[in-house]
Amino acid sequence: MKLLKTLAIAATGLALSFGAVHAAEGQKPARNIDFSFEGPFGTFDRAQLQRGYKVYKEVCAACHAMKFVSFRNLAEPGGPEFTEEQVKVLAAGYTVQDGPNVDGEMFDRPALPSDRFPAPFPNEQAARAANGGAYPSDLSLITKYRPGWYGTFNQLFNGIGGPEYVYSVLTGYVPDDQIPEELRAEQPEGKAYNPYFANGHWIGMAQPLVDDQVTYDDGTPATVDQMARDVSAFLAWTAEPKMEERKRTGFMVMIYLGILALLLYLVKKRIWANAH
Amino acid sequence: MSGHSTYEPKSAFAKWFHERLPVMDLVKGQALDFPTPKNLNYFWTFGGILAVMLVVQILTGVMLVMHYTPHVDYAFASVEHIMRDVNSGWLIRYMHMNGASMFFIAVYIHIFRGMYYGSYKAPREVLWMIGVLIYLVMMATAFMGYVLPWGQMSFWGAKVITNLFSAIPFVGDSITTLLWGGYSVDNPTLNRFFSLHYLLPFVLAALVALHIWALHVPGNNNPTGVSVKSSQDTLPFHPYYTMKDAFAIVVFFMFFAFWIFFAPNYLGHAINYQQANPLVTPAHIVPEWYYLPFYAILRAVPDKLGGVIAMFASILILFALPWLDTSKVRSGNYRPLFKGFFWIFVVVCIGLGYLGSRPAEGLYVVFSQILTVYYFAHFLVILPLLGLLESPKPLPSSISDDVLARSRPATAAVPAE
Repeated sequence: MKLLKTLAIAATGLALSFGAVHAAEGQKPARNIDFSFEGPFGTFDRAQLQRGYKVYKEVCAACHAMKFVSFRNLAEPGGPEFTEEQVKVLAAGYTVQDGPNVDGEMFDRPALPSDRFPAPFPNEQAARAANGGAYPSDLSLITKYRPGWYGTFNQLFNGIGGPEYVYSVLTGYVPDDQIPEELRAEQPEGKAYNPYFANGHWIGMAQPLVDDQVTYDDGTPATVDQMARDVSAFLAWTAEPKMEERKRTGFMVMIYLGILALLLYLVKKRIWANAH
Repeated sequence: MSGHSTYEPKSAFAKWFHERLPVMDLVKGQALDFPTPKNLNYFWTFGGILAVMLVVQILTGVMLVMHYTPHVDYAFASVEHIMRDVNSGWLIRYMHMNGASMFFIAVYIHIFRGMYYGSYKAPREVLWMIGVLIYLVMMATAFMGYVLPWGQMSFWGAKVITNLFSAIPFVGDSITTLLWGGYSVDNPTLNRFFSLHYLLPFVLAALVALHIWALHVPGNNNPTGVSVKSSQDTLPFHPYYTMKDAFAIVVFFMFFAFWIFFAPNYLGHAINYQQANPLVTPAHIVPEWYYLPFYAILRAVPDKLGGVIAMFASILILFALPWLDTSKVRSGNYRPLFKGFFWIFVVVCIGLGYLGSRPAEGLYVVFSQILTVYYFAHFLVILPLLGLLESPKPLPSSISDDVLARSRPATAAVPAE
């Protein structure tokens, strides 16, 4: 009983104490989407990741880098699982700088699967100059560092809502003539109103998605909603590429430890039977 | 602590070895036959859990260092390299990261257990004080470890905490410069933190050895707080407590595994997955959960130096606990008033933790101040007075009497009067 009491208190204290960072002023909680990779057994939907990759490549990659992801990752288990051949072809569509060669010159060559995704801009200054002063963030980890919602218990049960954050920002643009009256005067030059955006609802990125912006190879209709879902799922994978391996291993570890604990308990009980 | 063992080398080799290094004698006397009170409950398993957690942290840490680069330009990327490219790197890193939190959960249970059962009282004062020292070194180690991934919270946490030292009169600025290795948190800071983060766990291991040594002189306290009187009261450590501890450790590992595999980033801060940027301050700089009560105390005092003093005093006061508690009765089970105040103290600590996670404004500050005053009053007023005012319940005559009374409730129900 006392054990329970203490554990209960400890758990409450623990739970109350963290996950407590607050949303930026006025950030609207992200819209909750049911993704296939949620929960202890959730896995990525390969077709969705492949579609999401297409959205990233044809839309996001124009401005956003993804520096921690290599082409070869696209063929690895637990991800979009393109074939090795597909990845070779897809990498060859990019040009990367290599060198120096024997003459001491840098040279351009087609990318190999072992290369990382090249950044769209050579440096931060160039990126800002091309984007009205805003710096398009690297997308490799965005679903892990941008919470869609807050709250200690909410985050314990629903995660931080990172993919939902991306989805909500992509679908949450408000046309200029529908911006709430009281905010209209504050609108900075060249920025759009997006209540889901983490850095204070004025976003430098113009609405990136319109219906049929990409043509899906599997024939899925490319609505804004569909593309936003797909690219959010893809970015969940880029942030946590070992998620499937992790959950699978975790399930086996739990079974192993559970059986071991049971056996140890029985041994302990038997040994202690003659103790008093 | 040695020389009482009954170890008899059986083989010729064992005899030969024993005459040159009697280590098996030590193992038998201190780890196998060591007389341990027979009534220890599961709260006593956290010592063993902590020893195992230290080993887990050292092993995973050594493996992480094989792939980590301590440089401001590469640290963040090298952690991502571990997460993505190193075989099972994600597992090693999540174990280490969540292992720190598990270590603190176990240490807090261990400390509160010591407080409730009066394990700090004579003749265990030195044992307790080494424990407080271990806790301090743990906090320093964890703090420096959190800086290494060089995320936003790593950087800004380091900045806020190292800045505290600048409040010390006269030498404050020099100390801060020394900690930074320059005039701001930068590459030299990361390098020295890395060096110390690798060093301190071995200091911890040495302190743990002393802690166990100091434990083995008087032996374990127990839930009745009554000292061991005869061999009737004890059991050999092996197999009784080796098996009980092993079971508890595996159960604790299941709890540990839940976080590693199913919520690996819940106990940390999301923003630490963004690389450190000295030009962008996060909206809320919050330390890891295990520091939050002390962070609340720090911010409760309006004056910077005062806050720093209060924060350090809140930990250092634990060193004086054996002398602040004036009661001769060890176990809280026999101290009706203390028992209530103990639980209030636990709630106050949790409350401080909650307040530490909130922004320092409005009512949060007021409550932090009230709870801070109570925290110190618990040690400086309540505990000294309780020992004088409280009339404890009658103690069992021995551990074994207590155990027998519990296993035969019918006879135990007969009133003593």
